[in-house]
Amino acid sequence: MGILIDENTTFIIQGITGREAVNMTRECLDYDSKVVGGVTPGRGGRDVYGVPVYDTIKEIVAKERIDGSVITVPAPFVRDAAFEAIENGIKLLVIVTERTPRYEVAQVLEFARLHGTRVIGPNCLGIITPGKAKMGGIGGPAANTKQAYKPGRIGIMSRSGGMTTEIANSLTAAGLGQSTAVSIGGDPLIGSTYAELMPLFEADEGTDALVIYTEPGGPMDAQLSLWVKENKSRLPIVAFMAGKFMDKMPGMRFGHAGTIVEGKADTAAEKLERLAEAGIAVAEEISQIPDLVRERLG
Amino acid sequence: MRFYEYEAKALLRKQGVRLPDGGTAETAADAARIAGEIGGAVVLKSQVLSGGRMKAGGIKFADTPAEAETACAEILKLPIKDQMPVNVLVEAKAAVAKEYYLGVTFDAVAKLPVMIVSDMGGIDIEEVAETHPEHIAKVHLSTLHPFSDFRAKEAVASLGITGGELNQLTRVLAQLVRTFLTYNLTLAEINPLGKLEDGSFVVLDCHLDMEEEARERHQAAVLDGLGIGADETRQGRPATEFERRGARVDSVDHRGVAGRVVEFDGNLGLVIGAGGGSLTIFDAVQKYGGKPANYCEIGGNPSVLKACELTKVILSKPGVEKIAVIMNVVSNTRVDIVARGVIKGVVESGFDPAEKIAVFRIPGAWEAEGFKLLEKYGVDYCDRTVSMAEAARRAVEKIGK
Repeated sequence: MGILIDENTTFIIQGITGREAVNMTRECLDYDSKVVGGVTPGRGGRDVYGVPVYDTIKEIVAKERIDGSVITVPAPFVRDAAFEAIENGIKLLVIVTERTPRYEVAQVLEFARLHGTRVIGPNCLGIITPGKAKMGGIGGPAANTKQAYKPGRIGIMSRSGGMTTEIANSLTAAGLGQSTAVSIGGDPLIGSTYAELMPLFEADEGTDALVIYTEPGGPMDAQLSLWVKENKSRLPIVAFMAGKFMDKMPGMRFGHAGTIVEGKADTAAEKLERLAEAGIAVAEEISQIPDLVRERLG
Repeated sequence: MRFYEYEAKALLRKQGVRLPDGGTAETAADAARIAGEIGGAVVLKSQVLSGGRMKAGGIKFADTPAEAETACAEILKLPIKDQMPVNVLVEAKAAVAKEYYLGVTFDAVAKLPVMIVSDMGGIDIEEVAETHPEHIAKVHLSTLHPFSDFRAKEAVASLGITGGELNQLTRVLAQLVRTFLTYNLTLAEINPLGKLEDGSFVVLDCHLDMEEEARERHQAAVLDGLGIGADETRQGRPATEFERRGARVDSVDHRGVAGRVVEFDGNLGLVIGAGGGSLTIFDAVQKYGGKPANYCEIGGNPSVLKACELTKVILSKPGVEKIAVIMNVVSNTRVDIVARGVIKGVVESGFDPAEKIAVFRIPGAWEAEGFKLLEKYGVDYCDRTVSMAEAARRAVEKIGK
């Protein structure tokens, strides 16, 4: 089980001939993900580790079913790449690219909503359902990925790509495998927030508990707390908050584009209060997470 | 990136927004001259990147050029939240009958831009939202359909505003939306917008923030004209020289990120990453009583050169005794590349890596190659079995509290 992707998920990589995308293609293939094509305009007809490269998505969808796309193109081209994928009927986008201006992200998300397309990111490392598939650079090379992630029953949602793997690593070391881990992205506007992924985890028979990594800035934690309370979630949740030092430094951005304390609701202190109100356990350090998860599972 | 009030007003003026007569004074004599040109009562405002200027004494009124000169001299000497003013804005004092609030920003829940209008201006909008929600109108904007003035009109009218006031407010709000869209702003706020006794409207104070991601595209056309250099990071306060040097490291090539630094006054230099990892490590260093000399974030697989130059910048900061190199388990950043860059930076700074690097904890991609190199130089390193917090604790222990 798990959410969003499994061993049958087919996807393409937009910007596949870029330096980092070539590595990512190798990593996904080595993890047995179904990377069925790539797009780089003007490079049609070549291949990347045997994955055929096309000029347009239209050519690929005419031939076969495509479930998702990983967008790795440089920031100025993200909007166009996303529009192309959405118009060609792809229903799951993972936008890896950092530093896309916010207005263009808003345009992509508005267009995606009109077409019923789910977006993960921008500024994320993607999704992994351990032992089945990974979509994006999450976990790095397959050997490293297999070291950090093991199949199991704990879901992860994280605003930081790197910390997704750090948390998985600590769970794995403690004998707790993962159902699906989602690096949701560090931008102020992202396609899928915690609360927006909750219904999927809630409905997943393969998930028993969730771990959340969060940071100051944005209304995402308050939104999650509200969802948990209103829907009487069956899932125990353990959260970790990084960047507590930022509460004393309003107006300064740290770590991710969305991580900035502007109003009171953005502070770590305020957010921790919201999470606790919803019955979410808070870990002081990453190393405490496995024990807290076990405790909550009973 | 926050604009100074005088810069923000220059941008609004380009969109046709009406502003009080005035200019910026670098010296008290400038203020007297400007006040003389205005020929009446003036307001003098300290130009700092922070709110709370009125409370701190950074805003003064003067009836004559001589008074303006004295007031300006006082403001120029007055730090506000540790910032000295870059200059003093001298403007004609307006006879205000009523104050309004106009704002445009992004709503992260709706994931759309939103216009915010209130007929209770002059105070913090969050406060109005709590105490008088019926005096606030919020209307979202589509990012796919073109903006048209009627949307601004609907927002204003929803507060029950009609007549000439509706038309004037609509015009200013539409101009504010266009400013927001033209310059890739994340916040465009006029607070207060003053309604004068003659019924006309004038911008009294405003706050514009440009998105970091969009700075490059506006550098030549807009920012250069305002005298804002690409290395001026302006994170809530003016950038320090150390921070500017870091920003220049980050722009040496487009490979990954290394160099976005924030200066602190401790003795432990931090070479840390990535986004979330840096936050976690910084918290941990403070928790164990350590005093960081800086914050930074490396990630996205930076080049050896970038990691090396960043290390050199941090080591050159007075008071830095040792550096801690810590990251979360890395996926795309290569451990060996960071290790090589950091060691090179330490050696080129004339230090012994074994002595200068308190701890190196970066597990993940290419770690075997990285660890081999660290071993060769006698650096204390650890793998993924040692947590980030534990690595931070070790570094603090070595340097002493």
